[in-house]
Amino acid sequence: MKPLAMRPALVRGLGIAAVVSLALTIWLGLWVTPPDEVQGNIVRLLYLHPPVAWVALYLAFGIAALSSLLYLWKRTRSLFWDRLAAASVEIGVVFNALTLVTGSIWGRPTWGVWWTWTARLTSTALLLVLFLGYLALRRVPADPEVRARRCAVAALVAFVDVPIVHFSVQWWQTLHQGASILTPTHSFKVHGSMLWTMLLGFVAMTLLYVWMLIVRYQIEVLKDRVGDEELEISLAERRAEGDAPPPAAGGGAPVEPAGSVR
Amino acid sequence: MWRDALLVCGKDLRIEARSRVALWQVLPFALLVLLLFAFALGPGPSALKAAAPGLFWLAVLFSTVLATQRSFAIESGEGTRDGLRLSGIDPAGIFLGKAAAIALQLVVLQVVLWAGVTLFFGVRVHVVWLAVVASLLATVGLAAAGVIYGALSAGLRVRETLLPLLVLPILAPVLLAGSRAWEAAINGSVATGAPWLRVLGPFAAVYVVVGMVLYGPLQEAG
Repeated sequence: MKPLAMRPALVRGLGIAAVVSLALTIWLGLWVTPPDEVQGNIVRLLYLHPPVAWVALYLAFGIAALSSLLYLWKRTRSLFWDRLAAASVEIGVVFNALTLVTGSIWGRPTWGVWWTWTARLTSTALLLVLFLGYLALRRVPADPEVRARRCAVAALVAFVDVPIVHFSVQWWQTLHQGASILTPTHSFKVHGSMLWTMLLGFVAMTLLYVWMLIVRYQIEVLKDRVGDEELEISLAERRAEGDAPPPAAGGGAPVEPAGSVR
Repeated sequence: MWRDALLVCGKDLRIEARSRVALWQVLPFALLVLLLFAFALGPGPSALKAAAPGLFWLAVLFSTVLATQRSFAIESGEGTRDGLRLSGIDPAGIFLGKAAAIALQLVVLQVVLWAGVTLFFGVRVHVVWLAVVASLLATVGLAAAGVIYGALSAGLRVRETLLPLLVLPILAPVLLAGSRAWEAAINGSVATGAPWLRVLGPFAAVYVVVGMVLYGPLQEAG
């Protein structure tokens, strides 16, 4: 992965592939494919919503969980996994929010409401809040190693919750409401062109995710480097101040605190 | 490990017995929450009765956050956290001890809150064993998850604002399952309430195990 991130041509190629496949999906989805018999033009969200949900709920959070685990495992411990997890969660949160938004837009004309407390919606919303917490924790300034360990633990503890949330919310549904709303049986026939467009949507979103992941990872590396260099620069400045002759009377420069972060 | 857990638990409870922070701050807060809910929902007895299980558990959840914050606030001064870390006590023991202390405080709190819902909302629990079992299982889960996140955010400058954001979504299944189990206990229908114990039990077990395993690395990261 490391040499991959260092090869700008490859990253650029990935980005171009993502944009082209997205543009193709938009063109196919909005102009080429026919409207659905029952749902009309709303069906066009089918080319967007499931691929976005796939990236958010499975790909991004799955990779984040895996990298957090690999970070905590001593034999594979490296900041690489920490940065990868962080990048993945960040993209996952954006896609998770998009999943909710596109789902809501689909739900309004289909169910007549923006929001229903179905199992899937509820657990998706809760997942979003869970990982917003992870991002908040990440923003707390700390030594990279400390932050990495803290965040990896937080991610794993949150991931353990996901199946429990999933099942409890599902039970909540089945025990307390009729099974009418909760299983929206979309049994529309998927035509050839529609199927291909949807598949292309999945490919496009996955490419977009991979590209964003690499770019985000690089940004994270650069951020850490900038932080290190700034520290070096300010250390050098303080040292220069110390070497310079003290300015007249009134005592020297104030004593610098030890180099502990936080 | 068990001896260590007892030591830590005893220490936390002794501090509580002398400072009475939970008694004079957390407990009144929980009752206050019940009162505020009554204002929010209006004085009609039917609305309050219907909402009572959920309100009870929300009050417990909020109190869990406070109790956790308190539990780690007592470690924050005078390098106590480092002292605890260097004392050679098994991290799993520290985790269990702190969780047990919080759990005991939560049990007391729930007894009082139970009386509160009975008095203020006119709720009667018909299947007492179901409510008690649900409460005990939930308490173990709440305390365990609370201590994990308490340790995670201990020592951070933003811990007061960060902890609720981190821990409340995690506790959502407990709120859900606890409320439904209590609802069933109040309505006297064991059949609809008992399945929820299958959420509360695994939640408690999972977070106790996760806490015991991860508390070591967590302490180092603190």
